[in-house]
Amino acid sequence: MADGDKTSLADRVGEVGERVRNSQAWESIFRPGSPFKKGYTDSPRNRSYVIMNNVLYHLHPVKVKRHGVRLSYTLCLGGLSFFLFILLTITGIFLMFYYRPTVPAAYADIEALSTSVAFGSLVRNMHRWGAHLMVLTVFLHMSRVFYHGAYKPPREFNWVVGVVLLLLTLLLSFTGYLLPWDQLALWAVTVGSNMAGFVPVFGDQVKFALLGGVEVTGSTLLRFYVLHVLFLPFIIVIFMAVHFWRVRKDGGISGPL
Amino acid sequence: MPDIPEHLLRRSAEARAEALGVPLEQVLAEMGLTGEGETPPATLEEVTLPVQPANPDTTIPEDLRAREAAARQAAVDEFEAKATPAPPASPVVTGAPEEPAPVVEVPAPVVEEPAAVVEKPAAAAAAAAGSKIPEALLRRSAEAKAKATGRPVEEILAEMSGGAPAEPAPVVEVPAPVVEEPAAAAAVAAPPTGEPTAPAQAPAPDGDRTTTITAPPVAAPQGTPEGVRPQRLLTVVRAKAIQQVKAEPTDKVSVWPHLLLIEFVALLGVTAFLTVLSVILQAPLLDLANFNLTPNPSKAPWYFLGLQELLSYFDPQIGGVMVPTVVGLIGVMAIPYVDRNPSTKPSDRKFAIMFFTFFLVASATVTVLGVLFRGPGFNFSYPWSDGIWFDDLKDWISFE
Ligand code: HEM
Repeated sequence: MADGDKTSLADRVGEVGERVRNSQAWESIFRPGSPFKKGYTDSPRNRSYVIMNNVLYHLHPVKVKRHGVRLSYTLCLGGLSFFLFILLTITGIFLMFYYRPTVPAAYADIEALSTSVAFGSLVRNMHRWGAHLMVLTVFLHMSRVFYHGAYKPPREFNWVVGVVLLLLTLLLSFTGYLLPWDQLALWAVTVGSNMAGFVPVFGDQVKFALLGGVEVTGSTLLRFYVLHVLFLPFIIVIFMAVHFWRVRKDGGISGPL
Repeated sequence: MPDIPEHLLRRSAEARAEALGVPLEQVLAEMGLTGEGETPPATLEEVTLPVQPANPDTTIPEDLRAREAAARQAAVDEFEAKATPAPPASPVVTGAPEEPAPVVEVPAPVVEEPAAVVEKPAAAAAAAAGSKIPEALLRRSAEAKAKATGRPVEEILAEMSGGAPAEPAPVVEVPAPVVEEPAAAAAVAAPPTGEPTAPAQAPAPDGDRTTTITAPPVAAPQGTPEGVRPQRLLTVVRAKAIQQVKAEPTDKVSVWPHLLLIEFVALLGVTAFLTVLSVILQAPLLDLANFNLTPNPSKAPWYFLGLQELLSYFDPQIGGVMVPTVVGLIGVMAIPYVDRNPSTKPSDRKFAIMFFTFFLVASATVTVLGVLFRGPGFNFSYPWSDGIWFDDLKDWISFE
């Protein structure tokens, strides 16, 4: 009796799965050639369709040079920089739920987040260490590109785009540094923006524009916040799009050496 | 078949005449606008008329012509048998008055993205240049096939070399300079399958101006998923166009599963690493910001500490402005334009590598100095005796 029940349950689950995969809804989600579709078989043709009939086609061609997928070539550093950026976006949105960029609220919000929000401390830590890690991976990515001579024609311009990406990464990290509004934030940003004051001729103006005043204040906090969560991510995404597009148009990954 | 208005043709002819410095009448004649009243073929049959290479410096070998005529006939027959009047969405080839557009309704097995075709029709381009597909690639492909079909490798290899396209594959060719600017003129490249191993037969007149590529004999497209229209991509490329068509057959692998799998693992790995790190290490949160209490030392974030370090040696105009903008930004951006050495071999780039390594080591040194070896007053201090004066790191390292 129990035995019979078991088989019929398994059967029924299988049947439901079958029916789901036969349903129009399921069919409509996956484009032809998707491995999730019924009857997918591993064939060169289907391998092409997995990419071609997929949003991934915006990022990847159907085929890449064999040496390009060897981990030791790119060390995945560019990809990791991009992935860290995505992780930072996700964790950052979570932080935005709890954070107000005003002088009376900012510090208390971070404190409350770290102590009384579920996973708040973890997410904040991930956001902070992730940001440091991203600066590091972008820098290492640049070094690996240099050592491979991967900036040579036709990839010169993508190197320039890359330098802009590095700059934007640093600015993102720097603007985020101020937001907790603790002593570390305040004085690190003070020191950093004093450097901006040394720009010849326009030094004071540059510093004023950056800080929204002559020194770090509540307007600086708001300014850095908007730059950090809106403006800089927006710009960096555009530059990344150009960067990835150029990687493909310049003939894919460079090399082999 | 697009009917191109008379005045456009005329304008194009004029431009061409001016560019080439030949009389307008000659260009018009070449374009078939005068003389025998050769109008663009309205029906398919007329396509088989001998194609006039309007471009004077294009010569098409005799055997190629014969092959092409046969192929055309075959394609026309097939076309009529199908009786599908609408040409496939042939993306780029337009405007050629003698262009046998409908002929291209040949299902090709696997179609790369159009861009890729223009950039690197690997097999075809190589074949066009008269080169052969490297032995190693053929062998690898044969091995894979053998594994898949369970037949001996030798048999497949023999088949690949012996059973090369016997019957002429359909040829599509557009006589070189057509109606558009000279830039648009050239040839129709049939897409290779992207498999570097598919031997594309391509007799080409020296790959000069016109390249004609016959597609490999097309296997009946079995198992085409619903909704995917077999199509063949065509494109007009000129030998010296913006996008250069020169690529050797390279050793390629499918992005799925090879690359995507690696990326997925990397993604999981870094997520796990970051999660573990964040569980172990608490991010610093010091006291509330206080304008009246300057911490000593005050330090910038670590990636700017190298700069802060430079500031303590040099005049701020130099350490704070010249070095970061001129060396750090403009200098690094200019690297590809200054380094004109085309080689990527490390042995050819000793100077560049030394130079960059120096730059890296120098930046790392000043950063480490700034992070670990600067104490109160930004004076030198030793981390092991004077402690760590860097709040992000304080909780990580201790020398107690
Ligand atoms: C936010 C920062 C960046 C992201 C997300 C990013 C992403 C990528 C990715 C995914 C690739 C593909 C190959 C690989 O993974 O190595 C790539 C290639 C490349 N990147 Fe970046 N990158 C960034 C910053 C930079 C920087 C700072 C430079 C140089 C100054 C640079 C220059 C290049 C070049 C020249 C290539 C082509 C390399 C080749 O063909 O081998 N990128 N980038």
